Amino acid sequence: MTDATQSGPMLAADGTPLKKSLARSLRRRKLRALALIAPLLLFVLLSFVVPIVSMLFRSVENGIVAQTLPLTVVELQNWDAESGELPDEALYAAFTKDMIAAIEAKEHTKLGTRLNYEQTGMSSMFRKSGRKIKRLDPEADAPFKEKLIEIHDGWGDVDTWRVIKTHAVPITNGYFLNAVDMRRTPEGAQAQPEDKRILIKLFGRTLFMSLIITGSCILLAYPISYLLANLPMRVSNMLMILVLLPFWTSLLVRTSAWKVMLQQQGVINETLVWLGLVADDARLVIINNQFGTIIAMTHILLPFMILPMYSVMQTIPPYYTRAAKSMGATNWTTFWRIYFPQSIPGIGAGSILVFILAIGYYITPEIVGGTKGVFISNRIAYHISSSLNWGLAAALGTILLAVVLLLYWCYDKIVGIDNVKLG
Amino acid sequence: MKVTKTTLMAGAIVAVAGAASAEEMTIVSWGGAYSKSQLKAYHEPYSEKTGVTILNDDSSAEAVAKLRAMNEAGNVTWDVVDVVAADAIRLCDEGLALEIDFDTQLAPAPDGTSASDDFGDLLVSDCFIPQIVYSTTFGYRTDLVGDNPPSDICAVFDLETYPGKRSLEKRPINNMEWALLCDGVAKDDVYDVLATPEGQDQALAKLGTIKDNVVWWSAGADTPQLLADGEVIMGSTYNGRLFSVIEEQKQPVAMLWDAQVFDLDGWIIPAGLSEERQKRALDYIMFATDTQRLADQAKYISYGPARASSAPLVGQHADLGIDMAPHMPTDPENAKNTFLYNYEFWADYRDDIDAKFQAWLAQ
Amino acid sequence: MFVGAGQGNVLLGILIGAALMAGLAWLYINVLDNERVARWMTILGLAAIGFFFAGITGLIVGLLAGWFFAFFIFWLYEGRYRQKLLPYMTAGQVFWHYAFRVICGAIFVFLITPILVVLPLSFNAQDFFTFTPEMLRLDPEGYSLKHYRDFFTNNEWQRSFKNSLIIAPIATFISVTLGTLAAIGLSQSHVPGRRAIMGILISPMIVPLIISATGMFFFYSDIGRFLEGTLGMNKNFVGYVKVVLAHAVLGIPFVIITVTATLVGFDQSLTRAAANMGAGPVRTFFKIQMPLILPGVISGGLFAFITSFDEVVVVLFVGSASQKTLPWQMFTGLREQISPTILAVATILVVISIALLTTVELLRRRSERLRGLSPA
Repeated sequence: MTDATQSGPMLAADGTPLKKSLARSLRRRKLRALALIAPLLLFVLLSFVVPIVSMLFRSVENGIVAQTLPLTVVELQNWDAESGELPDEALYAAFTKDMIAAIEAKEHTKLGTRLNYEQTGMSSMFRKSGRKIKRLDPEADAPFKEKLIEIHDGWGDVDTWRVIKTHAVPITNGYFLNAVDMRRTPEGAQAQPEDKRILIKLFGRTLFMSLIITGSCILLAYPISYLLANLPMRVSNMLMILVLLPFWTSLLVRTSAWKVMLQQQGVINETLVWLGLVADDARLVIINNQFGTIIAMTHILLPFMILPMYSVMQTIPPYYTRAAKSMGATNWTTFWRIYFPQSIPGIGAGSILVFILAIGYYITPEIVGGTKGVFISNRIAYHISSSLNWGLAAALGTILLAVVLLLYWCYDKIVGIDNVKLG
Repeated sequence: MKVTKTTLMAGAIVAVAGAASAEEMTIVSWGGAYSKSQLKAYHEPYSEKTGVTILNDDSSAEAVAKLRAMNEAGNVTWDVVDVVAADAIRLCDEGLALEIDFDTQLAPAPDGTSASDDFGDLLVSDCFIPQIVYSTTFGYRTDLVGDNPPSDICAVFDLETYPGKRSLEKRPINNMEWALLCDGVAKDDVYDVLATPEGQDQALAKLGTIKDNVVWWSAGADTPQLLADGEVIMGSTYNGRLFSVIEEQKQPVAMLWDAQVFDLDGWIIPAGLSEERQKRALDYIMFATDTQRLADQAKYISYGPARASSAPLVGQHADLGIDMAPHMPTDPENAKNTFLYNYEFWADYRDDIDAKFQAWLAQ
Repeated sequence: MFVGAGQGNVLLGILIGAALMAGLAWLYINVLDNERVARWMTILGLAAIGFFFAGITGLIVGLLAGWFFAFFIFWLYEGRYRQKLLPYMTAGQVFWHYAFRVICGAIFVFLITPILVVLPLSFNAQDFFTFTPEMLRLDPEGYSLKHYRDFFTNNEWQRSFKNSLIIAPIATFISVTLGTLAAIGLSQSHVPGRRAIMGILISPMIVPLIISATGMFFFYSDIGRFLEGTLGMNKNFVGYVKVVLAHAVLGIPFVIITVTATLVGFDQSLTRAAANMGAGPVRTFFKIQMPLILPGVISGGLFAFITSFDEVVVVLFVGSASQKTLPWQMFTGLREQISPTILAVATILVVISIALLTTVELLRRRSERLRGLSPA
């Protein structure tokens, strides 16, 4: 010991300077940790993150207009959308040429569907006009302006051209604007008409309901996990079966079962009426509203709260609380000052699981939520599988993702699950 | 233990994988009783005739999204897909379905009428081969309506005579039309009115009068369940579901055919198949949509065949032995007042009105 | 009490009921003084009343109520509620102890409610999810085994059940192995970019499923083409590989979250001590770390298993007909025709899992006994 302090840097057992040796061991440990993480990280990155990011990229990608109507888009640059006048013949000629090529490739109806998201009627306009424009000759049949307007009077409407011009950009913010109840217009972003605003409301509702669901899960799961963690093993294992049983009943079945329980001719209402607690004509409305969604989702997500809490509570040594009690702390103080802080990592893990899962659910709200218990994911699912408006779905998904990440970050700042360490 | 399990499972996979045969095609449909009727009427006879193994995939509900994804990935694994007409139009517009030449690629009627004449107006898209006519209509609980069974669609909006809940589909299509019809709009003007924002508001306002008494459904099986529970007094659903509730399950339910909305369900062939697969798919379609085959399907489910020439051949239910003709939506007795789903209108207005409808629902 | 409540005024009913029970209690305690006789009297008496008012169903309700009241009266009177508790507890503490138990009991009931509904409905003679009047009268006519028969004879159900049993365990195994390793790596200090890595690893849980499903479809159809085209693998086998991998990714966040939460409380000096005593990293892991974090790993694994076993959206996109899983079959079943076969399947799964979990528990106790440990 004394030798080392005398001459120069401290040396490790093998003779290298201690600092260097420590640094090397630290680096080795880092590498080992990374090596442990790497396979999974690569797997998730490749098979999940990359495809999802490219999916989400659709929320800004908008090449279809410029690809389908290349000449028209160039001509539209020269047209003043504010003038209120129709574009000139050059544009109609360019448009006809584009359309004939597009019809050949069967691309024009795709464009119609795309533009129909922005302006109702575009879909059939492109489809119907396509059949007639197909017969035009790009050289012989000029001029086209009158002919096109004759084919469909939509081509004589300034708004049609304004919409095409507005959405001719290859990268658009249009889907994001739609996702927050606004729209892209030649005059810039504008709010949607009052009667079409729904998405912001749904975002708010999704967050609010998910918070309530998380809260009620914490309330219900805490006593259960405490009981399980403190009972003798053989009893708690038996009770654990009760917690796990719902898992073996498919989500769809559980949701349907709640429907059977909660509806107005359902088990709960029938029992209450039979007992005379509720009059026959004043049965409780506990389904097809927010209440139904909260009950069913709390039930479905409860095990996701109980299990992390339980596995954390199991690691809390009982002698801390005993020590506190022996030093004269009351039951409440013991719980609140000693036991509760140690169980926070469990609450944290459980809450994150439940909250994030709740935000993304859509099958259960669809079945028991009625009109007021619907989540934003229901709209995402609708736009993916029915309306085929994947751009909007991707924009909604991206926003949802951003909100979750933001909340996760806040949570980390405020509660800081990582910082709660024992011993 | 886990390791042995995994090996076992891997063994099982190989065993399953080995059983796959060479010549097979994947046909996508809705599942349930409907797929069963297709199995009996189309798949089994076709397999018997040609030796092709038919794999049934119950993915029609996701067909539009999945076909688009398959097409973009350049890996279409389906050969023939059963979709509703509105989806077929969308798929055709998106270039995801093969255009069909009806007269050369479909069988003519036994009397020589060309396929396009035999199907007539039901050929609503260039890519779509109609198979059945179904209708969205109402069923009501006979024991809850008293001595005054409803005979008019407007009973749905009449809370005084028929108090209780109703179930309606959670989408604007059909509901908006019924609302306008019962709000004094003439049948011929319905779509003109619905094309205007005022007309849409009018329809929503009419629906608003019963909004508190509506249970909204999204799966076709919901209304039968709600009717059986007595949770609703009347509800809309597909006529085949109501047939099963009434005739097979013997529930106290009856049909209200007034203002039923006809819709079509049929086949499309995905675009981008290899030549060989496309040829097989077309061969199947030629077989499965001929006059006799379409009439056969009606033995198993109460949907009307899409060919005019099939109607006289409709016989009795295969298990119940009752005449199917009076249960068809197209039966003259049932079809006194009908709508045909307006494909053109809804292709244009669906996104717009749907946004309004959902916003109205959420209020 | 119930009978009273059923007839008219609720409050009055409860009061009368309570008075009745108090009277009975007094009678038993002071006059009869014989527990067994008193118990049978209550049970049979209430059962008779129940049967009189509501038939067989009433009989059963009456039997249960009678058993409960008889138990409750003597439980209160003889102070049995104190027997198992520490003798120095105050009345408040005793009350709180039981109140807590009752609350927990209520939550457990909430947890298994759906099963209580599903179980009887799966024997429904009708094809609906409805308690028919015949069922409520306990008439054998109202019950049937036909939905179970359907499950065991229907090819579609059998195939999807088999598929689920193939896909879920393999997917779970992959996500648990990789996930636990990564969680251990993550829990070590000084991991660079730890938050970002964590974010990426739990992303499969955050992204709405429907978007994951479409996004993954593109990836897996590329992979599928590569495996089939370039490596010449069997189409069916590739189909399974795709679904298994997709489900494994979905299960990973659960493993990561639960295992890292358990590792927060893990004392790293234990591994150092083991290393000090000459154990290699593998041995240290299996002998020291693994047993301690096992509850977390098991619950993570359970979540991953359930995710795969109960997942319908992704398999609808990534899988094809020959990989149809149980939830997929249920999903079409619920959409296309209401058929209690779904409930029969759920009941079968519940019974199997009870049997499995009980066996595991019994084995555990047996091995404890054999090792001479007293069961704690």
